[in-house]
Amino acid sequence: MGSSTETIRDLTQQDYKWGFVTDIESERVPRGLTEDTIRLISAKKHEPEFMLDWRLRAFRHWASLEKAQAEPKWANVHYGPIDYQDIIYYSAPKQKPNLKSLNELDPEILRTYEKLGIPLAEQQRLAGVAVDAVFDSVSVATTFKEKLGELGIVFCSFSEAVEKYPELVKQYLGTVVPHTDNFFAALNAAVFSDGSFVYVPKGVRCPMELSTYFRINAAETGQFERTLIIADEGAYVSYLEGCTAPIRDENQLHAAVVELIALDNAQIKYSTVQNWYPGDKQGRGGIYNFVTKRGKCAGINSKISWTQVETGSAITWKYPGCILQGDNSVGEFYSVALTNNYQQADTGTKMIHLGKNTRSTIVSKGISAGHGQNTYRGMVKILKGATGARNYTQCDSLLIGDQCGAHTFPYIEVKNSTARMEHEASTSKIGEDQIFYLQQRGLKAEEAVSMIVNGFCKQVFRELPMEFAVEAQKLLGISLEGSVG
Amino acid sequence: MSLLQIRNLHAQVGGHEILKGIDLTVNAGEVHSIMGPNGSGKSTLAQVLSRHQAFEVTGGEILFNGKDLLAMKPEEAACEGVFMAFQYPVEIPGIGNAYFVRTALNAIRKYRGLDELDAMDFLPLYREKMRLLDMDEKFMNRSVNEGFSGGEKKRNEILQMAMLEPRLAILDETDSGLDIDALRIVAQGVNVMRSPERAMIVVTHYQRLLNYIAPDFVHVLVDGRILRSGGPELALELEDKGYGWIETEAGQIAPASA
Ligand SMILES: Nc1ncnc2c1ncn2[C@@H]1O[C@H](COP(=O)(O)OP(=O)(O)OP(=O)(O)O)[C@@H](O)[C@H]1O
Ligand SMILES: [Mg+2]
Repeated sequence: MGSSTETIRDLTQQDYKWGFVTDIESERVPRGLTEDTIRLISAKKHEPEFMLDWRLRAFRHWASLEKAQAEPKWANVHYGPIDYQDIIYYSAPKQKPNLKSLNELDPEILRTYEKLGIPLAEQQRLAGVAVDAVFDSVSVATTFKEKLGELGIVFCSFSEAVEKYPELVKQYLGTVVPHTDNFFAALNAAVFSDGSFVYVPKGVRCPMELSTYFRINAAETGQFERTLIIADEGAYVSYLEGCTAPIRDENQLHAAVVELIALDNAQIKYSTVQNWYPGDKQGRGGIYNFVTKRGKCAGINSKISWTQVETGSAITWKYPGCILQGDNSVGEFYSVALTNNYQQADTGTKMIHLGKNTRSTIVSKGISAGHGQNTYRGMVKILKGATGARNYTQCDSLLIGDQCGAHTFPYIEVKNSTARMEHEASTSKIGEDQIFYLQQRGLKAEEAVSMIVNGFCKQVFRELPMEFAVEAQKLLGISLEGSVG
Repeated sequence: MSLLQIRNLHAQVGGHEILKGIDLTVNAGEVHSIMGPNGSGKSTLAQVLSRHQAFEVTGGEILFNGKDLLAMKPEEAACEGVFMAFQYPVEIPGIGNAYFVRTALNAIRKYRGLDELDAMDFLPLYREKMRLLDMDEKFMNRSVNEGFSGGEKKRNEILQMAMLEPRLAILDETDSGLDIDALRIVAQGVNVMRSPERAMIVVTHYQRLLNYIAPDFVHVLVDGRILRSGGPELALELEDKGYGWIETEAGQIAPASA
């Protein structure tokens, strides 16, 4: 009784291991946000006219929302007002333009990624994983570019894509998440500085995992990256995203946008291991992670699958969704969200069924420990033309201790009577009897909780590429350490 | 030196005293059976020995292998060689049975300074023990106890015991819920484990288990005290006469406490 509750309390008290700061000279734009900021960012990136116009349109829309105080307030998260004029919107490490090879990259940056376990240098590259490294506002390195290029696969920073593939960018940018989608999407469209771009041509199966590793380093800056992935007809790609940030007392804003487009018979698998700095044990500092991610199954038989493991950030606000437009297209969402200490997460998905016989699967696992608040918010919409659509939703919550909370808000809208919907939900507490059982077999209380949590998340972990599943398990263990003693 | 020495053990839970002065000595190589009416404290004793923290020890001492068992956490007791087959085994969804036992075995091996076993070393052993207990291999990858029938859970406990090779095995009503064939198989699994280095405490209500696992000693626990100890014949006598006569006799000898 007493001591087991203590046990549970302690497992959540572990330090964030990625909280160091890299000392590096950076180039920033002045604090604040006006049209001039947008022009300056665009100029720094030598963008073509169409990009600047696009940004300015987004900015004007955002400014009108800001004026109308239309920042979204419906999420089940609480934070003080954000002063958008007190943020630095662009920060880039000073380096030579147009690096020819990684050898020219600032060794401090290379070392930073090595410390994070993401080697970029030629000789130590992760086999089978191509990495795009985004440091503050810009992409600093992309590995395996040439090898992928041989197959016609484009994997580069967004800036490079704007420069080299403007037609593709023009054709697809903003088609899944228009700047009018929401407040943060508008902000992102106005100020986004970099991100990853992927194009997999017709019939090509991308032979390795593509991944982007986001790192916020500079203080008082926001990170606004934008990722655009296009899988042409019959193409396949698996993409991973990881992120960390230094420990700082003030909150930092991260407002990203991800757009995925799958054409006929194409498949995109998008996995995230989100580990932004969550704030300290009293809830000071941490990243505000306000992200819009959406995929469009534009073609027939296409498939988009989101897998996310969310352990970081002070506040997470994110609903990776799928627009199932093509007949027989499939959308999937597998999520583990963990909130510990004073973290808050409001996350879930949106599945919009437009095409015939479209199917979606939602598996959400929420874990709350400490004073963490975890909300699942899901929307399944079956529109009139979506004859034969099906959805399966499973929503499980696990509570560790008795000061945390779990909430579920599943919204369902069905406009076609042939739809078949299934919904399952459960809430459980890690039982002391479970912990004791594992301890009786020789495991420490922490290991016991970690094992129980991993078992709880198994349905999601098995969707992750192998080595990342292992990493996710470890991360979960670390994020929970201290919640049992 | 005795493997286990319990002296004047008192324990309570939620403010209720359950164990009211237990004395018990168990030597390596011996099998002791503990019998007694429902609610008399048998499982409580087993849990105190496994160091369940919900049971507060208010008096007495326990030496295990010469060490102070009461100072140990549950996992330390386990790593020192105390194993309890649970009366109600717990389900761990999403964790494979074999993976679980290997993790447990490696935790214990690590504690003892031994190398960890990888899957290649582990699986042949595990398979062998499964065969001994007549368990289908499909149980290997099923989640720990999830959806297992009552009897399957009990068998799984004995499988874990066989893998972990404890010095002291406490079987809490492992026979309940077993069908006739399973009872024989489980008993056989237990008997294989009998050895001069190992001791067992078998908690049961029924003589039928003791037909297979012949105990060296039988103790009768009533209302938190061992009121009578004897040889295997005591179990037969209980089967015949129930517990009433022991309580009456004890009442005549010792002053009844409220
Ligand atoms: N957590 C608890 N809180 C309150 N009382 C408890 C708790 N655990 C056990 N008890 C009480 O302690 C007493 C002894 O229980 P215990 O489980 O040890 O009995 P037992 O001899 O194993 O019985 P059975 O033969 O039915 O298994 C019972 O009266 C039980 O209700
Ligand atoms: Mg009992």
